[in-house]
Amino acid sequence: MSEAQDFKYIGQRTIRPDGHDKVTGRANYAADLTLPGMIWGKILRSPHAHAVINSIDTSKAEEDPEVFAVMTHADIPNQTASGVQNILAKDKVFYHGHAVAAVAAVTESAAERALGLIEVDYKILKPVMSIDEAISNDSPLLHDDLFTKGMAEDPAVPSNISSRNELSKGDLEVGFAEAEVIVEREFRTATVHQGYIEPHACTVRYDEDGQSMIWCSTQGHFAVRATTASMLGIEQTNLNVIASEIGGGFGGKLPIYLEPVALVLSKKSGRPIKMQMDRNEVFMASGPGSATRNWVKIGAKKDGTITAMKAKLCYEAGWAPGSSPLGPACMTVFTPYDVDHQYVEGYEVVVNKARCAAYRAPGAPQSEYACEMVINELADELGIDPIDLRLKNVAKEGTQTMYGPKLKAVGLVECLEAAKSSEQYKTALKDNQGRGVASGFWFNVGGESSVVINMNEDGTGTIVEGSPDIGGSRASMQMMAAEELQMPVEAFSAIIGDTQNLPYSNPTGGSRTTFATGMAVVEAAADVVSQLKERAAATWNVVPEHVDWKNGAAINTKGEGVLTAAEICGSAAKTGGHISGRGNISARGASPSFAVHLADIEVDPDTGKTTVLRYTAIQDAGKAIHPSYVEGQYQGGSAQGIGWALNEEYVYNEDGRLENPGFLDYRIPLASDLPMIDTIIVEVPNSFHPFGVRGIGETGIIPPLAACGTAVSKAIGIRMSELPMSPPKILKAIHDAS
Amino acid sequence: MAKTHVTTTINGDLKEFLCEPGDTLLQVLRDELGLTGTKEGCGSGDCGACSVLINDRLVCSCLVLGVETNGDVIETVEGIGDSDKLHVIQEKFLEHAALQCGICTPGLVVSTKALLEENPNPTEEEARYYLAGNLCRCTGYDKIIKAVLDAAETMRESA
Amino acid sequence: MTRPEYSSDMTTQVIFSSELQRVTGVRETNVEAEDYRSLVSEITDRYKELMATDIMDMSVAINGEIITEPMLEKISPGSEVHFLYRIEGG
Ligand code: FES
Ligand code: FES
Repeated sequence: MSEAQDFKYIGQRTIRPDGHDKVTGRANYAADLTLPGMIWGKILRSPHAHAVINSIDTSKAEEDPEVFAVMTHADIPNQTASGVQNILAKDKVFYHGHAVAAVAAVTESAAERALGLIEVDYKILKPVMSIDEAISNDSPLLHDDLFTKGMAEDPAVPSNISSRNELSKGDLEVGFAEAEVIVEREFRTATVHQGYIEPHACTVRYDEDGQSMIWCSTQGHFAVRATTASMLGIEQTNLNVIASEIGGGFGGKLPIYLEPVALVLSKKSGRPIKMQMDRNEVFMASGPGSATRNWVKIGAKKDGTITAMKAKLCYEAGWAPGSSPLGPACMTVFTPYDVDHQYVEGYEVVVNKARCAAYRAPGAPQSEYACEMVINELADELGIDPIDLRLKNVAKEGTQTMYGPKLKAVGLVECLEAAKSSEQYKTALKDNQGRGVASGFWFNVGGESSVVINMNEDGTGTIVEGSPDIGGSRASMQMMAAEELQMPVEAFSAIIGDTQNLPYSNPTGGSRTTFATGMAVVEAAADVVSQLKERAAATWNVVPEHVDWKNGAAINTKGEGVLTAAEICGSAAKTGGHISGRGNISARGASPSFAVHLADIEVDPDTGKTTVLRYTAIQDAGKAIHPSYVEGQYQGGSAQGIGWALNEEYVYNEDGRLENPGFLDYRIPLASDLPMIDTIIVEVPNSFHPFGVRGIGETGIIPPLAACGTAVSKAIGIRMSELPMSPPKILKAIHDAS
Repeated sequence: MAKTHVTTTINGDLKEFLCEPGDTLLQVLRDELGLTGTKEGCGSGDCGACSVLINDRLVCSCLVLGVETNGDVIETVEGIGDSDKLHVIQEKFLEHAALQCGICTPGLVVSTKALLEENPNPTEEEARYYLAGNLCRCTGYDKIIKAVLDAAETMRESA
Repeated sequence: MTRPEYSSDMTTQVIFSSELQRVTGVRETNVEAEDYRSLVSEITDRYKELMATDIMDMSVAINGEIITEPMLEKISPGSEVHFLYRIEGG
């Protein structure tokens, strides 16, 4: 347990070790590596959303003097590897932008020109572009062998519904019979993109008889190695993947798009290859988060006791079955509430859109949005303050979740109370302004993390970790090592090891890095401490049990003597060789982080334009290792959620072509769109972590959807349900109502 | 295609390069001159990751052709601060934790420099509108704006 | 931690997800098992339709602690074991 621990380094606001390189432009990202003799790869993408590929003729491209290699699906050595059809389409394209062929040429523009020489004969099919279309009886089928999984009876005919999930606790009938007020409503959310600023890119070199290498921007370079090695049919030991600095991911840099193609092109051409997606490609072919259609019904007694909660969720997977976050969507929908009778059923459908990827707390923002909107409506119906209504039914230690275990100590009560006493909640609103409150829940994950701490002869150490650092986590690793070794933060550098340097580590995602890789750092540091003590004991000729470790030095408890880390490491060769500590773990005990957000929004009734006046994000961190970066996660999650709620959406034309694949038309929040985002860090320690840490990266994107949705609805006095609540939609709602 | 010979001053150094008529300044900087501190987020003028100063004017280098810059004085992120000392703007970005992934940071540092040269005492709103062309997906801008206003104050004090 | 009431009989309570309930027909059952491996073999024996592969893809929570790789976990009497959909993050 980690209650009321005194920390020396943890909790401080140190300068991140990679910061200097990032503010000077020296840090190297995916597109920044050039190799001698390197040429450029480009991908030909389908102009159609749904079509059969009759034939691909690459002969003209192959004859072009500037072209070094051309490839199609047939050139991927392992045709059965998982995900291979998204890398390059086989006999059918399933979305506008689906990769169909690739070329390598002397320059990027030559490669682009050569794409025009490839002739693809398509038989165009009618695309399926929405949940409603996908489930209608006369919808075209994306896959004629897709039978819904998870039905009571196996379906006799294929459909676009790929799976069904269900969770329940208690008895809904009993619960709704007890209810005096019932609110039910349906909600829709649009297809959105993670919107990282750095496009996918890689530089690779295939090496016939040694080390092939991939340099790329990814949340998980071990996963890149596994997937690419499998698709190319090579041994993992013959492929080294180096994680470049990564310019944002949010889940969207978990999937693999370019690397296997680049490596095959490199093999064919005998040259190193660089590939980078342009922004259009990023929007068309990577990312998106599921569009959804969700229905929620909640019943309560007049005193505010919620008696029953029911949901029906429907998530788009994109074209590839199993790609939606339906499971977590169902598991999270009602978790902020301690209510006996809950039930959720979920469906996943396939549509002619890019294969969905994880997006920050995948699945939760959409389903919890529906729940939180209904809770706020219920509060209005009951005449109860929305925070009080939440507190009355709040999930807390011992609450039986619908998805399984009972909750351990969690900080939702504390978050709600902090929201209630926050400055923002006490501020009065004016005309055309509205306020929304919403809670959010995310599990956080643990997983596999590998860390080595190599001690140098001068007593400093290098932390080698396997988790790409996407938002400053190296600083946290330094601080945790410093805390465990009781040595200054500056005594440690932290780097991301190549796949060659460390055993497997799970990707950076699921809010796991500071939690799980942090645990691995602590374990590695403890390993270092015990070795340092052994060496000191050997020097003093005592048993290690008689050596204490304090303030970065060994102390002989049975006699005189103090040896610093520098002294022990300096003479390590004499006491048994140099020292490195190891922490290769499968971390357990990830604990949920709850959040509560407040949004104040003004709507211009003439234009429908929304202005976020004020915003507060409150969240339980367990223990904030580096408070600035914790706040940063809260603020960044809030901004993404605000964008999701108010502006962001994919727009397709009737042929299923994406019409807004650029930042001009897919409008993420700008500096001028947002106010300061106030944060309150609640700290209810996670008892499973040595320092009490919970993951915190993802929860922050959940509450903004309903907080903003409610604020807009209140500002215009009309209940809105469809996201994004963009100016045209708001204006239409105002006109329809008058 | 015939390449054009272009002479510029970049970060104080005389730089000559050959470029094709269609090459953007961004491509020249990154691919010809190895100045990869300037980033590409969109290539269409929408993200600001490629911000540089040409003759003290803030531009998106992805919207400028290399051949247009003959005779120009160009400043990129690599030219900001001294080799042994960061510029105040850079220091404040670090102090305020105004970056997470950092891909937007070079562009923001350049844009902030332009802002503070034009307006040494911007209000929060002025800073937000001036920097509206620099997208950041990670931070929600809060810490960026705080860093910018703090840098402005520090620079005014030491001016 | 406070033990659930049924702990007096020294068995472990296993709670199936709705998905697994379709196969087992029951929401929960009690088994005697020292570790996760023997727990799985016990319940797959008991519910013939339940395949070890059905549960392999799932995460497990033992007394509320979510464990992704539970194979070697010891299970103390009176524990509560839940099978969950596997959770992945962004
Ligand atoms: S790359 Fe120039 S504005 Fe985005
Ligand atoms: S810090 Fe990642 S985009 Fe700004």
